[in-house]
Amino acid sequence: MRGVPQLLSRAKHIRVGFSASEPVLAIQAGILQPDKFTQTFVQIRGLKSSKVISQAPLTAVDIADSGKQLKQELEAIVGPGNVSSGESVVLQHGQDEGPHPGKSPDIVVFPSSTEEVSEVCKICTRHNVPIIPYGTGTGLEGGISAVEGGVCVNVSKNMNKILQIHQEDFSAVVQPGISREMLNQEVRADGLWFPVDPGADASVCGMCATGASGTNAVRYGTMKENCLNLEVVLADGRIIHTAGIGSRPKKSSAGYNLTSLFLGSEGTLGIITSATVCLHAIPESVAAAVVGFPTVQNAVDTVVMTLQCSVPMARMELLDEVQMKACNEYSGLSYPETPHLFLEFHGSESEVESQTETVRDIAADNEGGEFQWAVQQEDRTKLWTARHRAYYADIALRPGCRSLTTDVCVPVSALPDLVTATKADIAEHGLIGPMVGHVGDGNFHTMLLFDPADPEEFRKCKEVANKMARSAIALGGTCTGEHGVGQGKMALLEEQFGKDGIDVMRKIKGALDPQQLMNPGKIFSRK
Amino acid sequence: MALKVLVGCKRVIDYAVKIRIKPDKLGVVTEGVKHSMNPFDEIAVEEAMRMKERKLVNEIIVVSCGPAQAMETIRTALAMGADRGIHVEIPVDKMDTFQPLHVSKVLAKLAEKEKVDIVMLGKLAIDDDSNQTAQMTASLLDWPQGVFASKIDKTDAGLEIIREVDGGLETIRTTLPAVLSADLRLNEPRYATLPNIMKAKKKKVEKMTPADLGVDMAPRIQIVSVEDPPVREAGQTVADVDDLVAKLKEKGFSSA
Repeated sequence: MRGVPQLLSRAKHIRVGFSASEPVLAIQAGILQPDKFTQTFVQIRGLKSSKVISQAPLTAVDIADSGKQLKQELEAIVGPGNVSSGESVVLQHGQDEGPHPGKSPDIVVFPSSTEEVSEVCKICTRHNVPIIPYGTGTGLEGGISAVEGGVCVNVSKNMNKILQIHQEDFSAVVQPGISREMLNQEVRADGLWFPVDPGADASVCGMCATGASGTNAVRYGTMKENCLNLEVVLADGRIIHTAGIGSRPKKSSAGYNLTSLFLGSEGTLGIITSATVCLHAIPESVAAAVVGFPTVQNAVDTVVMTLQCSVPMARMELLDEVQMKACNEYSGLSYPETPHLFLEFHGSESEVESQTETVRDIAADNEGGEFQWAVQQEDRTKLWTARHRAYYADIALRPGCRSLTTDVCVPVSALPDLVTATKADIAEHGLIGPMVGHVGDGNFHTMLLFDPADPEEFRKCKEVANKMARSAIALGGTCTGEHGVGQGKMALLEEQFGKDGIDVMRKIKGALDPQQLMNPGKIFSRK
Repeated sequence: MALKVLVGCKRVIDYAVKIRIKPDKLGVVTEGVKHSMNPFDEIAVEEAMRMKERKLVNEIIVVSCGPAQAMETIRTALAMGADRGIHVEIPVDKMDTFQPLHVSKVLAKLAEKEKVDIVMLGKLAIDDDSNQTAQMTASLLDWPQGVFASKIDKTDAGLEIIREVDGGLETIRTTLPAVLSADLRLNEPRYATLPNIMKAKKKKVEKMTPADLGVDMAPRIQIVSVEDPPVREAGQTVADVDDLVAKLKEKGFSSA
């Protein structure tokens, strides 16, 4: 167990459980300043001040002992090899792939079954210690950061089985350790695939927690449309099945839609220990196309008309001229530096051919340039290289920089205005911000580049990002289309939902997690 | 002028599986372990399909040697578009001693029996990494071989093949019939789609044994032992550069 002084200085407060049912605070006068500490603690933990008891000063050993006891109890459940407070382990488990520095948890546990997860939660509840679920750590909004310390529950390391595949029912049941590429690899031979593709090779259960989406959403839907049931462990250890125990029908009118509640809850309501997800048939034929336009408006008009013609597009991606320039430089391509649409068509051979024809005509009507397309696997891969390597191309624009990736979603008709306004804002702040958009959904990302050693630049990026999110909300959209709220967008959420909307969310959380242990400091604040 | 192709497919442990050695240390655990078609054989089937789509080939026969489960591999190839299959049945207990030379003899016999123009194989199987079958089959048939092919084109006289070799790429020309083996960059195989999987169920698969082809199964190679690579040892922290140099000398990495 790490040194007590560090523990105290990192966590704003200490929970020391002396009784089984009530968290009780003991203050050690010598180590802390009781008044400020009491205030902070009471405020954060939501405890009434009458519950705070001053006792005879605790020694450092007493405080360390309770941490040791927690560790021992966890070891008794998952095995000593599956509990760690080693520096590199906790560091890894507090930092995701986003630009925000994460806070490390105190302990990481690696349970091997839903029952073990349940017991871990019971122990944490008894000790009044925060619980942070961890999948693959590929999130972008600091969702796994242990802002109040606590126990990180890594459910992907040991719980990594595909429990069931139902080929004829087009569904599969997976544990948190199964990533989307692993699932695809498994069902490929049956002519099936799992179409939600957020880019990273994320845990499927993690994708449920963040309500992930991706380039195929325009046709195949997001995680919310592709999840039939979730097995969830609540903070107090109870295990529930959101659509019914073992249920996997395509639709149901039974009870409240708990599946929907937990999808996108970012670990604040419970730990997802298995997910029943939808599979789709691998399309018989796939074609890819790329076409450039003079302006973003032209590109978006093409998209709107295509959707109006009911062309069942599988992928429609918009890359702006800054992004095209980056891609040209990075991948040695020679596209004109104008906005481009990257398209993919799925269907039978004849369907794909006719879809491509239709879209080619619409693009031409909207000042579209050369329409390149390909059917063969390698040619399609080459054609889409620019889009696939977009992120790395952006980072290469300024080697050593990192990216604040924004994520807003608006009704498609509002997209051109928002894009234009954002570009102006980026230029005004003197930043570089290439854009990639899932334009069929009205969802786009700007990769705002910043030097990690320059906090002023990061601040500017945040300013642009916030402004963009606010504009999106004002245009009838949302501050996050795919990535989730995490920590970074909590203020924006209130703007989007209003006080009462957030209050309902708080009440639901309070009902399921009265001690406020599940992933604290995310989505919305306690008050 | 349309050609007939015989494609060999092997059912191997899936590349993503963590291999475990059997307690008797004479092989690896295969019971209950995920298997799939050897990735290089997928590339071979795909190339045959592309030649068929270019109208160079009019029939693709896929053959697999193995126990009952080899049928899955054959069905996958049929779902990718092969026309019919041949299952050469090998009992499970004989699989350990069924070696590349036996496969080559089977393929040579089938190539003659079916009067094919091209025998197309994967360059190696990912379980034994032998890289022998294509070469031995060509020798037995006395046919030219184009192995490690990364591009195959038809010419008036036969085939032009670009091969991946250590120094780069080598272009060769062969007459037909010929034996070819597929390397990684030859193509990216298609996925079997559900409509094709359904069609595949109706395609014909002939069953036979090596004895039917007059091939003797006596092993030529005996596996003496199979072992895990040595367990990675913990690193040693050294105090300073002098300590590092002393340790390097001690371990014989530096003479100075």
